[in-house]
Amino acid sequence: MGFLIVENVSHTYFSKDAATEALQDISLTVEEGEFISFIGPSGCGKTTLLSIIAGLIRPTAGNVYIENQKVYGNKDLSIGYMLQQDYLFPWKTIEENITLGLRLLKQDVDRGIASKLLKDVGLPAVEKKYPRELSGGMRQRVALARTLAVDPKILLLDEPFSALDYQSKLKLEDLVFKMLKQYNKTAILVTHDIGEAIAMSDRIILFSPRPGRIHEIFEISEDIRRLTPFQARSHAGYSPLFQQIWKELERLEH
Amino acid sequence: MNIKELHRQYKKRLAKEKRWIRFYQLLLLIGFFVLWETASSNRWIDPLIFSSPSRIFRLLMDMISDGTIFIHINYTLFETVLGFILGTLIGTILAAILWWFPTLSKILDPYLVVLNSMPKVALGPILIVALGPGMTSIITMGAIISVIISTIVIYTSFRNVDANYLKVLQTFNATKWQMFKEAILPASFPTIISTLKVNVGLSWVGVIVGEFLVSSQGLGYLIIYGFQVFNFNLVLMSLLIIAVFATLMYQLVEMLEKRLIKNE
Ligand SMILES: Nc1ncnc2c1ncn2[C@@H]1O[C@H](COP(=O)(O)OP(=O)(O)O)[C@@H](O)[C@H]1O
Ligand SMILES: [Mg+2]
Repeated sequence: MGFLIVENVSHTYFSKDAATEALQDISLTVEEGEFISFIGPSGCGKTTLLSIIAGLIRPTAGNVYIENQKVYGNKDLSIGYMLQQDYLFPWKTIEENITLGLRLLKQDVDRGIASKLLKDVGLPAVEKKYPRELSGGMRQRVALARTLAVDPKILLLDEPFSALDYQSKLKLEDLVFKMLKQYNKTAILVTHDIGEAIAMSDRIILFSPRPGRIHEIFEISEDIRRLTPFQARSHAGYSPLFQQIWKELERLEH
Repeated sequence: MNIKELHRQYKKRLAKEKRWIRFYQLLLLIGFFVLWETASSNRWIDPLIFSSPSRIFRLLMDMISDGTIFIHINYTLFETVLGFILGTLIGTILAAILWWFPTLSKILDPYLVVLNSMPKVALGPILIVALGPGMTSIITMGAIISVIISTIVIYTSFRNVDANYLKVLQTFNATKWQMFKEAILPASFPTIISTLKVNVGLSWVGVIVGEFLVSSQGLGYLIIYGFQVFNFNLVLMSLLIIAVFATLMYQLVEMLEKRLIKNE
């Protein structure tokens, strides 16, 4: 049995003048501790699928299970969601931001949990500061800390590195990768960056343009997987795979 | 020349410019009163209608020494402060209700438009009949004039809060109330404060008109009374006092704004 099961999921958005078919018959299984990437042309439904997996929207057809529990409307499952921007609440201090999820989920808020998490994500003691006092990279680290604070079953990452400068992005990739491995977390990453997908994942799922369907699945070889994202980028197997996915993506977009 | 020195000079220039601006502002104020006084004493303008600063000052001194002016100022200030706080508060609560029940907001939409376009002071006579010719009616006037526009502006701000903040909260299984409390309301604080600023002015309108209609006290009453007994010293003095207090109140709200929104 898989940890996460997506079963024949289809989704259509309805509005007054259009019915937009975003996803068509998606099925996939993810094992615990696996790292999966979604890539595909923009508008192919990646964000929609993440929202469905998070249980935030109900698919028009199909089901999603995490540890055999349906996700939609399930109040017991905790899911970590990271977005392209950090969406830290500007009127809350860093500490209040980090402990927000704990408070909402009525978990214990240990004193010092914020400083521990800040240390884990490689930040100095900025608990008492406000988000606007931090750089983009630091803020995204805080968002990661907020996400990890509630010990989520699964992490859903919707292009969380794409608004960062290149250096911050590489550092954060390594950080996220290490932390997920350390806690044996399951994660799904949506990205535009083929290199990032190869460097971070165990499997890459390529989606076809709208309506999104699974077009192809790329397994990453064991010796790349073992490396940190930064090292993976200089592995001999990296370039050929990049080329292969690139061509496939090009073909899909035209 | 080093940068420090240049910066010092730059700051000096700024300070100098500021002093000049203050100087001209003061000059304008003094000039206005001097001109008014001269025009009145030389009968270029009719002193019975336009009064003069010295007469107004004498009247003010009289009313200060017998204490009556404070009663009137107190009365009007109380009504205005309550009016604009109530207007903003009720506006916020109504906006919250509309946000909570989207269908209700769709149903009420045309009525809000009608209510908003209506000149609220026209409701004065009805309020007086309904609530009696007293302070309650006047405060209601002060509040009602700002409540609909506050509702509309604050509701719009509630709706424009970035949906991704709600997404973050939803992943933490937040309830609707928590979403309101943690994201919708605080994100709209700047808007609420800015309606507060607008409402200060609106409430003065409501309260003064209300006092025109019913009151036997307050600055609005003094204006209408002065008009009836043809004492324009009284009218103009009340106007000046209103100008001072309306400005003070606005400044106060602005200070509040700076303190509350410092973390943006
Ligand atoms: N709330 C919505 N209402 C209507 N259409 C939507 C909505 N969200 C997304 N869509 C449409 O669904 C399609 C898939 O969107 P999305 O999942 O955001 O794609 P991706 O993340 O892959 O770029 C797009 O065509 C988009 O316009
Ligand atoms: Mg997207």
